[in-house]
Amino acid sequence: MATSTAPVAEFTVRTRDVVKEYLMGSVKVKALDGVDLDIRRGEYISIMGPSGSGKSTLFNMVGGLDKPTSGSVFIDETDMAQLDASELAWLRCRKIGYIFQTYNLIPVMTALENITLPMIFAGATSDEMLERGRYLLEMVGLGDRLHHKPSELSGGQQQRVAIARSLANAPAIILADEPTGNLDLHTGREIIELLKRLNQEQQVTIIAATHDLKMLDVSDRIVWIRDGKIERIEHRKDLELRVGEVEGEQAG
Amino acid sequence: MAAQQSSSGNQRQATGKGQIQHQISLPLREAFRISIRNIVIRLGRAAITASGVFLGIAFLSSILTSQVMVRVLHGEVDPSFAARQGWLVKMSLVVAAVGISNSMFMSVTERFREIGTMKCLGALDSFVVKLFLIESGLLGLAGSLAGVIVGFGVMMLLSMAKQGTAIWGQMDYTLLLSKLGYAVVAGVALSIVAAVPPAIKAAKMPAAAALRTEV
Repeated sequence: MATSTAPVAEFTVRTRDVVKEYLMGSVKVKALDGVDLDIRRGEYISIMGPSGSGKSTLFNMVGGLDKPTSGSVFIDETDMAQLDASELAWLRCRKIGYIFQTYNLIPVMTALENITLPMIFAGATSDEMLERGRYLLEMVGLGDRLHHKPSELSGGQQQRVAIARSLANAPAIILADEPTGNLDLHTGREIIELLKRLNQEQQVTIIAATHDLKMLDVSDRIVWIRDGKIERIEHRKDLELRVGEVEGEQAG
Repeated sequence: MAAQQSSSGNQRQATGKGQIQHQISLPLREAFRISIRNIVIRLGRAAITASGVFLGIAFLSSILTSQVMVRVLHGEVDPSFAARQGWLVKMSLVVAAVGISNSMFMSVTERFREIGTMKCLGALDSFVVKLFLIESGLLGLAGSLAGVIVGFGVMMLLSMAKQGTAIWGQMDYTLLLSKLGYAVVAGVALSIVAAVPPAIKAAKMPAAAALRTEV
């Protein structure tokens, strides 16, 4: 199905001709140069590209962490440029979950407290927080680590806590910035599998900036960025199809 | 709580700006809880920050105690002597305030990732400001209370060494308590005011700071 004929509400993120310019000394650098990207609800998207490609800049735009020089970013058909600081905070709290390369758990808080922090910001009661916090930690396989501080957890476990935290307020989108960047091969694969499982079970849209090729297997689409432009977008279906064709030829 | 919300995600309405709401402002209690935790976990550092206020207020408290002592024993305080002492006290308080500011600035720089993360999770600028002001205020309170007690104690012991224990019975404690009360209030106020520039710096920190990978 061509994206242009799809109903508008199907997309949870849309970017229209997004341009971002930075001033480096007296030189203008275009980090993003006219990016159009539509992301469907429930999709698993990987943004791939070398460092300096504009990958992180695009990621920041979608997450409402930075504003484009021109063009627009829509989250659930809301133009982010129209939002004031407190509406942006609400959006970050309720609509978007963030996962970072460096986990970014609050070191002074236990796993459970880290997970309930976004719920505090959302104004939940302590009973609700406790119940949902336990549920989320069990979901990521850390039901027995409720009261451990981040320093008492391994890297993979910390990232699991961070993933549980990103789901705290049942967001529509999870933004993951190099979620496997600090993890070894095996742990990285586990984290990717967890993300994929959540993507399917919770129907949450996942957008991951990465250059981890393990991500290719689970992504619905892969967006390749180079020099601030979308170089190409690959569908996993296409990737599988190509593999299938090759096998078919061999069989025949 | 919100589990059902996510499963019905595809039925969610997606038109206009109507569904975006304003982020609520948190009760001060939450900011207090997090601030206290921040202090407890970095107790050594907190003690160093508080020691600036402690020394300043201990000095102020010892001066105030000696003034009350002089008033009790000799009637009036020599105004020119009091003025000189006043200058010394003011200078020591300024030094203490600069120390707190410096210490809190360091703390903000150190915690850029934590602050950015909190903002990503939905913290408002005002909440970040509150966190740092409360933290500094609490450190100021602890430092001031200790300073008042030590300043008073040292002054009393010194005069006891010279003139014997009679001074304990002669002191005007009502006057002294009110003066030392002011000293505590001054210490807390000073700590909060000194933390305003660092707190504003923290609040202005972009949420994207959480993504920076360099340590």
